[in-house]
Amino acid sequence: MGLDSPALAEHVVAAAEPVIPNYGAQSSSCVVHNHLFCTDWVSHNWGPVLWPALRGHILLALVAVSIGFVISLGLALVAHRYGWLERPTMIVTTILYTIPSLALFELLVAPVGPNVYSAEIALVSYTLLILFRNILTGLRSVPDEVLDAAEGMGMSRRQALLRVELPLALPSIIAGLRIAVVTIIALATIVYTIYNEGLGVPIHTALGEGPFKTELIVAGGLAILLALVADALLVLVQRLLTPWTRARAA
Amino acid sequence: MHEFVEAFRFIAHNGAIAGEPGLPTLTHLSLETLRVSAIGLAISIVIALPLGVWLGHLHRGSFAAINLGNIGRALPSLAVLAIGDAFFGLGLTVVEVALVVLAVPPIITNAYLGVDGVDRDLVDAARGMGMSGLQIVRRVELPLSVSPLFAGVRTAAVFVVSTTTIASLAGFSGTLGDVIANETSYHFSGVLGAAICVAALALAVDGLLTLLQRALTPRGLLLADRDHAAAPPAEAALAAPTS
Repeated sequence: MGLDSPALAEHVVAAAEPVIPNYGAQSSSCVVHNHLFCTDWVSHNWGPVLWPALRGHILLALVAVSIGFVISLGLALVAHRYGWLERPTMIVTTILYTIPSLALFELLVAPVGPNVYSAEIALVSYTLLILFRNILTGLRSVPDEVLDAAEGMGMSRRQALLRVELPLALPSIIAGLRIAVVTIIALATIVYTIYNEGLGVPIHTALGEGPFKTELIVAGGLAILLALVADALLVLVQRLLTPWTRARAA
Repeated sequence: MHEFVEAFRFIAHNGAIAGEPGLPTLTHLSLETLRVSAIGLAISIVIALPLGVWLGHLHRGSFAAINLGNIGRALPSLAVLAIGDAFFGLGLTVVEVALVVLAVPPIITNAYLGVDGVDRDLVDAARGMGMSGLQIVRRVELPLSVSPLFAGVRTAAVFVVSTTTIASLAGFSGTLGDVIANETSYHFSGVLGAAICVAALALAVDGLLTLLQRALTPRGLLLADRDHAAAPPAEAALAAPTS
């Protein structure tokens, strides 16, 4: 019994000191002991830590996918008209897609600097392959007879594109957008390595503090949840924009 | 540009930095990156390829096979590693689990769509010749879907190399990501040098798999391909509009 007491005393001392120094001010016993999940920490830090990270994450992804979509749509329309452009575009976008994210971010920091521009350039470059291929596949999948009918109705090439080809390509385009959005939301967690924004920031903080489990789980969970919600929203958009696909399936 | 010169000097010195003895060489870190990646990819292929091919052969489970792809992508590597770290602590096992979670979906999705998309007339002809189900898979469906099968494996390989380096951010050491995650010791030139190595490694792995794909593609298909545009390299099948 006598032998046990010093060990016990040591344990008490260790427990009294906060394990997570940064959160000392509001440390509940749950946080101090770094239990698996502390709801009080989440509610205290939603405003100052988690919400800004989530908002930054959404913005990063939204800007990247929007820019990526405009570029890919342009490239795909040109490649649709001039077939020889497809191959070089595919080769370049495939190489960009193959470079691991962490490496690409650092490669961009050298010429661009550790800022939002490097982050967005890297994120945009990952959307290109996915979006370009899906938009082009969608445009190509329009049957020749349909195009002939459009021409027979007196549509110009431009009218046929806007009123026949693009609407019919929508399912494939939105399938591409779903992949792109989900991929970019996942990649945006790494942005923190070069630019202090996104859900990677709290993950990084938590890894440095123990690791602090609650923050790891909340921030990681938010990233996953965001991707799933965005994917579900796009499915909804597709249903609203292409009612004919369901009518055909039924 | 100066940074790039310094980065290549770092690579030329195989990761040695003046005044910092005892650092692992770049060769060592690259080999370890490849080893960790190869284990993850191998496990994923063993799990996902037979499952995808089998579902495709039966033309069943399209919803699961295709949507698995999107769910896998929805899991950010760093988030999976962080959550794995919180529950189990970060070791080789958690890293490999994270790699498998990310690599299995693209392999299953592409294997399913590839085998499912094999011309039904060919399968009927094979059956008419008296082939059993297993023979049809081995001698008709697999050779004809080499391209989509490899599209899935190549995508998975890229994810895996990428995530192996990301694991360093979460504190798993031994790979090239260590250099990228440790700018204090290596300075920016070292980080950049390691990033170049990682990119080269990923492109090399993709290139090797492409060569393997060519070697395994039936000669007739290669000849037929020459007439058409090149087959889309990665995840072509994901264009399938599904919800």
